[in-house]
Amino acid sequence: MSTPKQVPQEYYDLLEEIQAIDFVLVELNLYLNTHPNDTEAIQQFNQCSYESRKLKKQFEKKFGPLMHFGKSYSGYSWNWDNPPWPWQV
Amino acid sequence: MNQSNTRYYYPYISPLDPCPPIVRKSYSTPPHLFMGFQPPNLEQFSTAREALFSGTLWPALFDPYPPKKGREEA
Amino acid sequence: MWYYEKKLQYPVRVRDCNPRLAKYLIEQYGGADGELAAALRYLNQRYTIPNKVVGLLNDIGTEEFAHLEMIATMIYKLTKDATPEEMKKAGLAPHYANHDNALFYHNAAGAPFTATYIQAKGDPIADIYEDIAAEEKARATYQWLINISDDPEINDSLKFLREREVVHSQRFREAAQILIDDRGKKQFY
Repeated sequence: MSTPKQVPQEYYDLLEEIQAIDFVLVELNLYLNTHPNDTEAIQQFNQCSYESRKLKKQFEKKFGPLMHFGKSYSGYSWNWDNPPWPWQV
Repeated sequence: MNQSNTRYYYPYISPLDPCPPIVRKSYSTPPHLFMGFQPPNLEQFSTAREALFSGTLWPALFDPYPPKKGREEA
Repeated sequence: MWYYEKKLQYPVRVRDCNPRLAKYLIEQYGGADGELAAALRYLNQRYTIPNKVVGLLNDIGTEEFAHLEMIATMIYKLTKDATPEEMKKAGLAPHYANHDNALFYHNAAGAPFTATYIQAKGDPIADIYEDIAAEEKARATYQWLINISDDPEINDSLKFLREREVVHSQRFREAAQILIDDRGKKQFY
């Protein structure tokens, strides 16, 4: 047994891009819960949702699935539970 | 109305207080206390990254918190 | 149901090996105004609140779990490689005696988490006003943690979490207004 190998800088950079776009989505989501008729905000929400999916596809190709239970495709072999976990990086 | 995000008060100082006094004390009054129902089309931070590192999408809700360390001056 | 995503909401960095700081941060893990209490409070209240604000409770409750994970990450990193001797020096001997370096839901003084920290009154106004108060108390806790922490990277994450309390409070205040007005008539003020 040996120490799992460390992730490259690119992992942090790509993840940060995802964290940023997903954060905008959280903010718009909470806002829209109390402002359901703000069409501009809805448009921005849908645009960010599209961007987020694109970035995640890119990330997953390099670093494996971000989500479980079928929300992401698995590689061969099963790579969902490969380290590192978010609290470890 | 004063909308700066810090308020100050001056507690009574007794000659019998054991610690050197903190003459002026303060507390936070962040911007959401003044906003009411958030108006539509508020200006947003220009990048998603800037929003993330500010903790909000809207500068109008951003409240920098300067840490309190020592005894504040009056 | 929920899905897990293999990422933190915000990039958590820790500069110093400082287990003592973990002893304080655990207040927001298993304390009265911590992230666990917040998540459980909102997700439990959502069943019996009017439809207009169910989504908000659901989504803020969900975000609180992401915050819980951030706090856990800070505590985990601060104590990960601490030896029993270092835990002792940091004032963590009572924690160590029961839990080794494992995390546990208790507050900074060691009192275990309890459901008595939260309430569901069933009265929508009472519940939303409790939620607003909870956000302000959590904001205050983050302020006191920032004041006693001297790790700039930890403080960066704590400032993010404090700001989230501000935004959540804003949304709960709007929810209260929606319940009071029972709107649908008027969108904005």
